[in-house]
Amino acid sequence: MEANKQITNEKPNATQTYTFAYSPDELKLESGEKLGPITLAYETYGKLNPEKSNALLVVHALTGDSHAAGTNGWWENLIGPGKGIDTNKYFVICSNVIGGCKGSTGPSSTNPKTGKPYGLSFPLIGIGDMVEAQKRLIDHLGVEKLMSVVGGSMGGMQVLQWMVSYPYKIRSAIPIATTLNHTPQQIAFNEVGRQAVMADPDWKNGDYYGHCPPAKGLAVARMIGHITYMSDTSMTEKFGRKTRVDKEPFKFAADFEVEGYLRYRGDNFVKRFDANSYLYLTKAIDNFNLLNGHNLGNVFKGLRAKVLVIAFKSDWLYPAYQSQETVKACKLAGIEASYCELNSTYGHDSFLLETEQETKLLGDFLKTVENGGKHT
Amino acid sequence: MTKQTHIIEHKIISGWVRNGASVLDLGCGDGELLSLLINQKNVQAQGVELNEQAAHNCITAGLSVFQQDIDTGLTEYADKSVDYVILNQTLQQVKKPDFVIKEALRVGKKVIVGFPNFCYITDRFQIFFRGKVPVSSSLPYEWYDTPNLHFLSIADFKEYCRKNQITIEYEAFISKNIVVRVLPNLFGEVGLFLLSK
Repeated sequence: MEANKQITNEKPNATQTYTFAYSPDELKLESGEKLGPITLAYETYGKLNPEKSNALLVVHALTGDSHAAGTNGWWENLIGPGKGIDTNKYFVICSNVIGGCKGSTGPSSTNPKTGKPYGLSFPLIGIGDMVEAQKRLIDHLGVEKLMSVVGGSMGGMQVLQWMVSYPYKIRSAIPIATTLNHTPQQIAFNEVGRQAVMADPDWKNGDYYGHCPPAKGLAVARMIGHITYMSDTSMTEKFGRKTRVDKEPFKFAADFEVEGYLRYRGDNFVKRFDANSYLYLTKAIDNFNLLNGHNLGNVFKGLRAKVLVIAFKSDWLYPAYQSQETVKACKLAGIEASYCELNSTYGHDSFLLETEQETKLLGDFLKTVENGGKHT
Repeated sequence: MTKQTHIIEHKIISGWVRNGASVLDLGCGDGELLSLLINQKNVQAQGVELNEQAAHNCITAGLSVFQQDIDTGLTEYADKSVDYVILNQTLQQVKKPDFVIKEALRVGKKVIVGFPNFCYITDRFQIFFRGKVPVSSSLPYEWYDTPNLHFLSIADFKEYCRKNQITIEYEAFISKNIVVRVLPNLFGEVGLFLLSK
């Protein structure tokens, strides 16, 4: 155990790795299968104080990575010196989830037993497994109790899972634009995405490494995803019915700007994401179910953290009522929970884009957590 | 409403609340009353507020707030799970006051209600002599921009409580900056009640 090693963070923003769960102590997964060794790619920002009381875990969404802050960080407007998650005050940790493809162990990693990429021999993973791996990382970094866990969408699910798995390890939690479990509509969109990947002949049952990846299928999956992340208003504002100048003679060319945009986003995604990871992670999201036969009031029983739940009015993929359900579960368990519904038009993407409102809200909320949750 | 009335109103409510009690303020605004109750009575405070900016202000003040429409009910609270539910200057603005009062009485062991008296003497003068809908310090809006959906008098409210077997444990009436003791339905600008059922 290297729990007490000093975190100097000499190279801020640089991605580091931590490997654990070596044989025979592999990680037992939710599915019952075992996985090991596991590598997590992570970044840290700011400094851990001597009391180790200022650590904050930021968890990413479906296609995110450990690069949350700094140039091109997926939450760069929210995390940094003087921002809502103020790195002058807090020690921020962000790791890539297991099952991902951004440096952490996933289906594209090499299986030490065969020397080849896992592909479909990679076990199914759950949101609980992602959290378990993060908990090992936190232990490794010497953090006993997190000041907060923050994240949106699939990141929000991990936040909720932290509240259930390690209630005594967190002082506060901020689940954003997320849900206690997926509705059939949410599962349906993910299933169409998976089908698009698997229908691509290049997918080859997941055994495409070293060959041509199922680019077309993954691009279509991403296009569907993008539609669900936007809103009617945001699409109208962004594209209207504008057509492209450089028209092609082909009958079904991307004439409308929205078509061009979706194709561009789809094609770009393929360059940075592994199709099998997409399958594994969307499945983890669909299988996530904190209700699972529980009475709503029992979901967060025993938790004594301060909770801030945030939803967005235009988010139709994770509608506000789902976030309200989370607040209800907190209230029924006697937890100090707040709920804010932000008036953004960006749809589900608001959690990444509506940073001006979020940064103020998170900043103010974290300040009250800092003060020991006391009224100021 | 004058600042003075406001201060006295809050002082009376604070006097009714037991030390260390749990309080749920429905329509808590910026959380001014809740902050006062935390400081004076060390209460466990929660607020409900529909306005986004007001809800943010509550978070800034370190309060726990649920940004929600109280007309949809209080399904997240079990029966008698809160010591005091407060409906101060809220009732006249909800769509279903009857439902909201009943929800408050289900969730709260006691309920504190405060509202502007529509039959206050100057309001009556405005209707009687000027033939106009009253605009006053407790009803500061014109007919076309008022958030108030229901207009009630102290007498109306007491009759409502009687009909619904709601016990009025305490009552207080305020006009400008003084507590009114005679003919409250005529001289009380604001009525405050501590209810139980």
